[in-house]
Amino acid sequence: MGQYGIGQPVRRKEDVRLLTGKGSYTDDVNFDGQVWAAFVRSPQAHAKILSIDTSAAKAAPGVVAVFTGSDMKADGVGTLITDVEFKDLAGKDMFRPKRDFMTIDRVRFVGEMVAVVLAETQAQAKAGAELVMVDYDALPAVGSTAFAAASNSPVIWEEHGSNVGVHWENRPEAEIEAHMAKAKTRVVVDIVNNRVVPNPMEPRCAVAKWDNDELTIYAPTQGGRRIQQGLAKIVMNLPADKVRVISADVGGGFGIRGKLYPELGVVSWATRKIGRPVKWRGDRSETFVSDYHGRDQINHAELGLDANGRVVALKVWTIVNCGAYFAENGPRLPINGGGRIIPGVYDIENFYFSVKPVLSNTVPTDTYRGAGRPEANFLMERLMDAAADATGLARDEIRRRNVIRQDQMPYRTQMGMLIDSGDFIGNMDMAMKAADWAGFEARRAESAKRGKLRGIGLSNFVEPSGGRPTEEMRIQVTPEGKAVVYAGTHSHGQGHETVWAQLIQTFLGIPFENVSLIQGDTKIMPKEAAGTFGSRSSWMGGVGLQRSAKRIVEKGTKIAANLMQAEPEKVSFDAGVFSAGTSSVTLAEVAKASYELKNLPDGVEPGLDESYFLKRDPEEFNYPNGTHVIEVEVDPDLGKIEMLNYIAVDDCGKVLNPFIVHGQVYGGVAQGIGQAMTEMTVYDDEGQLVTGSFMDYGMPRAHHLSMIDALFNEVPCKTNDLGVKGAGEAGACGAPGAFVSAVCDALKGFGIRHIDMPLTPDRVWTAIQKAKAAKAA
Amino acid sequence: MENFAYHTPASVADAAKLLETHEDAKLMSGGMTLLPTLKQRLAAPSDLIDLAKVPDIKGVCRDGDELVIGAMTTHAEVHENALVRELIPGLASLAGQIGDPAVRHRGTIGGSCANADPAADYPAGTVGLGATFVTNKRKIAADDFFVGLFETALEPSEIIVGVRFPIPVWSHYQKLRHPASGYAVVGVFVAQTKAGVRVAVTGAGPSAFRVSEMEAALSKDFSAKAIENIKVDAADLNNDIHASADYRAHVVTVLAKRAVAARG
Ligand SMILES: Cc1cc2nc3c(=O)[nH]c(=O)nc-3n(C[C@H](O)[C@H](O)[C@H](O)COP(=O)(O)OP(=O)(O)OC[C@H]3O[C@@H](n4cnc5c(N)ncnc54)[C@H](O)[C@@H]3O)c2cc1C
Repeated sequence: MGQYGIGQPVRRKEDVRLLTGKGSYTDDVNFDGQVWAAFVRSPQAHAKILSIDTSAAKAAPGVVAVFTGSDMKADGVGTLITDVEFKDLAGKDMFRPKRDFMTIDRVRFVGEMVAVVLAETQAQAKAGAELVMVDYDALPAVGSTAFAAASNSPVIWEEHGSNVGVHWENRPEAEIEAHMAKAKTRVVVDIVNNRVVPNPMEPRCAVAKWDNDELTIYAPTQGGRRIQQGLAKIVMNLPADKVRVISADVGGGFGIRGKLYPELGVVSWATRKIGRPVKWRGDRSETFVSDYHGRDQINHAELGLDANGRVVALKVWTIVNCGAYFAENGPRLPINGGGRIIPGVYDIENFYFSVKPVLSNTVPTDTYRGAGRPEANFLMERLMDAAADATGLARDEIRRRNVIRQDQMPYRTQMGMLIDSGDFIGNMDMAMKAADWAGFEARRAESAKRGKLRGIGLSNFVEPSGGRPTEEMRIQVTPEGKAVVYAGTHSHGQGHETVWAQLIQTFLGIPFENVSLIQGDTKIMPKEAAGTFGSRSSWMGGVGLQRSAKRIVEKGTKIAANLMQAEPEKVSFDAGVFSAGTSSVTLAEVAKASYELKNLPDGVEPGLDESYFLKRDPEEFNYPNGTHVIEVEVDPDLGKIEMLNYIAVDDCGKVLNPFIVHGQVYGGVAQGIGQAMTEMTVYDDEGQLVTGSFMDYGMPRAHHLSMIDALFNEVPCKTNDLGVKGAGEAGACGAPGAFVSAVCDALKGFGIRHIDMPLTPDRVWTAIQKAKAAKAA
Repeated sequence: MENFAYHTPASVADAAKLLETHEDAKLMSGGMTLLPTLKQRLAAPSDLIDLAKVPDIKGVCRDGDELVIGAMTTHAEVHENALVRELIPGLASLAGQIGDPAVRHRGTIGGSCANADPAADYPAGTVGLGATFVTNKRKIAADDFFVGLFETALEPSEIIVGVRFPIPVWSHYQKLRHPASGYAVVGVFVAQTKAGVRVAVTGAGPSAFRVSEMEAALSKDFSAKAIENIKVDAADLNNDIHASADYRAHVVTVLAKRAVAARG
């Protein structure tokens, strides 16, 4: 396939541009006459707004205007999107609280927007924001997940009378209890899946401009089509084509940047209102209190096993803290996002699942790298470790007895998903071999001599990928024979400039360096563009390109036949050259000819420009999977953990570019280790975010990690033409389970079988002290 | 950030004069702590007096039995300086454990000590070595310098010019890094000085303190065993979401033992 073909470790094209400061980020955009926006954010977690006095702010130097939620409402602006509907078993609908773009009479979390100040400079806007006087009448707040679900907690939405949005169940519990009752062994786990603050490197930013009765807004998104539609409909009351969303370079998405955030609505509405461009540059403190958070579940689960260590039934109860409002996907994550895959790589026929999405006085939670699947896999792996303890089987043996075998594929899960392929036993074998699992006890003994406790852990995972079911990709071959890809997908770190060029070179023979990418501009990207999230791009975008390329070849064949005076059926295409008998023309020549009417056969339109609208069948999900093994050493005197070794075995189907997939694995692992080791989000009883900066919120750093050995157990996906599976979220799914398993293995001498994430030194040490005290008692 | 007037005096005397004549003036050294507070609008001084252009308060030299480090010397310079490495390797090691490379190349010993962050590393080093702060007005013993949480003995218009460290026989620093900030959850500096053993702790309390019980025990028997049962009182220590007071009390002993054990 040559140096740039599919499967080659091609270096990322975009890196030179991005690493030499030539990227084009939202904050690089400025317009003459622009004003700066600063938001007045609530310092209170829960309060009635008695009054908002903007007079001092309006009189402050440089201030152009001050607006509140009432001003927007008066202009007919609607409420934010909650794109989720669930019913309980009795058919009762989920409660869906409405969220204004700026809240009007009640604040429900610290950081919620109350007003916006527009001024000539950013400093003046911020100074003005400090002068907006809001009179709050404080109400009791709910900061924690468990408390939100408790019967004695304050209720945040009186009209609903409870903080529980819905009690969703997949089926009546009694049906599964009947199977559970037959189990020889029953194990129970209670775990907290900690809330994380996603923190992309680029803080949010937006520049909006009203011009010629059209809105243009620049913002870091993951593909702007849905945001365009939301802004047009809810905020601007315009047809969608009068709203243009541009996201050129974006410094990280992770799921949370694909949303219609209220700030986007405010600046869009405000630029039309005042007739000047409006710019907002959020800072890191605003990231903490206004970007959606991730995870935040409490899981209680029970697994029943027979005498052979085979699972007979599984029951899971999940509470998910969705924050003050249900964000676009909030309650979807435990249910459709992750819950449907909870049995994971295991063949479990009897499964009961209950989910309570709860509201609290915290930042809303939404999709974050894995979006429900890391939570689901973590839970399943903690159960497997507990089952190993209870049955006396080794941790890998209990898993081997229960994984879905290759001869069971395609495998229909209890929740109705069809897993097409995967070599789950092979993943474990490969990972354990690479990690020298067999030689571990000798290493443990060596560590013990140095006073350190060594542990090893593994975790399996599978994570349905694909996201929304449609995508559109377009290829234009220019008269010069170069290719321009107009992508519906959106690269914000994934390296599409590189991978799409590899695909084009492979399919059309156009040299890698002659392929360019246009993305992230709703005016020029394909109509049905969806964007990049849920590990979908290689499948939806890659196959979309493959099919567009096929159309280019089909049309090119007709033109080439005409040029060569040959029958179209006799023309073949290979590596950029059309041939018929002894004559041949290059794709570049055909492209040039395609723009000249005289060369076109009857009925053929000019140009060589084709797109493909891809619609996925519900059965055509894909199932990235793998086994990750971690080795750690615990310093028992300090409770400090050192990661020594990380083996990641991933099956992401056909690998288009191993260099880029490794990057995805490393990044996902770092975020998974961050959740497991350092990232602690704490709200106090008053609903204040205690960990609102990097002084208190532990982002994972290079020194927290060991080297990561990323290996592939490539099993091509059967349900798409390229054989690809997702790769973006695997690391975040595999890391937490393997990490906690390894630490608990190190601490097994104390009888410690679980510690809730993140495993900070203080927590590990405290667990050891408790275990020692319990033993002594 | 609000507007401010920016001054670059060429001498300590000029800096002091500016400080005295402007009501809301602030000294700036590396700016690593000061600038973020301005950006977050937590402070809005009328004047910033940058010490960067003051020539003679930067660098390291030996003066008899003392090592003198200028207030404007960065952590990176202290970490890499050959004299410091030779004469007080424990201090060079401490400086190398502060923050990250970017911070170490901006942050200064004067700024760090003046700021008196309860979790900063230098307070342990200065107290642990029995250093003396030299200001434009007087000399202050490190033991008297750190008064409380972000509080020093400095008067409003007093400027740290340098720090004088008596060259010890031996010293060593042990630090448990904060999982988020990288500052010291607990840091323990142990030194054998000509005036006796000193054990100084940072991170654990509102400001750096000495553990006299350990010092006494180590004076008799300089071994980890000698202090294994000595615990500081958790009641006086910081207690937060990252580390309980009990944990900190325990870590003080663990790190002190490890520091002593490093003597070999
Ligand atoms: C990301 C990050 C990580 C850090 N990690 C650590 C760490 O691990 N350990 C640690 O110990 N520190 C750490 N620090 C602090 C850093 O090392 C600096 O020491 C500290 O920020 C102050 O030094 P500065 O020179 O930047 O002082 P500045 O920020 O310039 O000044 C700080 C204060 O001291 C006053 N001041 C400055 N110079 C003088 C003087 N000569 N006389 C009197 N007053 C003066 C100023 O007016 C101001 O109030 C970290 C900082 C950052 C930003």
